[in-house]
Amino acid sequence: MKPSARLHFKTYLLISLMVIFGPLGNVLLGKGMKRIGPASTETLAQALDLLSRVLTSGTIWLGIGSLITFFVAYMLVLSWADYSYVQPASAAAYGMVALLAHFLLREVVTPTRWIGVMVICLGVLVVGYTPPRTTEPR
Amino acid sequence: MREIFLYLLIIGAGTGGELCVARAMKVVGEVKDFRPSALLRLVPRVLRVPWIWVGLTLMGTAFFSLLAVLSMENVSLVVPVTALSYAAGALGGKFFLREQVTPRRWAGVLLVCVGVALVVVGRR
Repeated sequence: MKPSARLHFKTYLLISLMVIFGPLGNVLLGKGMKRIGPASTETLAQALDLLSRVLTSGTIWLGIGSLITFFVAYMLVLSWADYSYVQPASAAAYGMVALLAHFLLREVVTPTRWIGVMVICLGVLVVGYTPPRTTEPR
Repeated sequence: MREIFLYLLIIGAGTGGELCVARAMKVVGEVKDFRPSALLRLVPRVLRVPWIWVGLTLMGTAFFSLLAVLSMENVSLVVPVTALSYAAGALGGKFFLREQVTPRRWAGVLLVCVGVALVVVGRR
């Protein structure tokens, strides 16, 4: 494999990992917290009870693991790829969250909400295609 | 009402945390050596910058607020609403980090806000 092909391959691979594991982490956190029930933290005892239930939930830890995988992939890809190249990929994450919520959590995503998600993706893409550095390096 | 407060914490503390981390990293200076040993040597330098501690505290607050709101609302609502952090980020970048936010970037931020409004309105 030529060096440029290898660079492209590892960039696409890591961006794919970001787009899968970031949304998956959020969806798993959502699933775990739904199982725990509405957070009530009016007294210290309630808050501590909630914290212990959060920290002993396997689904929450899977979610945290997914988010850590996302973050490591994000930091690694930023070590060679431009921020302005990587950042628009985060737009796809909003679409992926809606898809995963629909198919894994059976959440009802209304047509208006799908349109909203697409407009957000478009907005993030537009933000992404602006110069990544507008201040002079110190 | 409580949910709105939690969203404000996710967006405000999350973006505030990222801005503080960005500011801390600008104090540290551009990272040019990505070898693991060089990155390890970077850690104590980063931790000596007070902004990083403010940033990490704020990001932790945002994470637990996210967990709280996820216990009440659907992921397909919560995650798109947190995209408002692009608006908070643009404002913070302009006023806190003195970045120049281009009209095109403002247009993107506006689109994100319109999208979030549609997601919120698009409840059943």
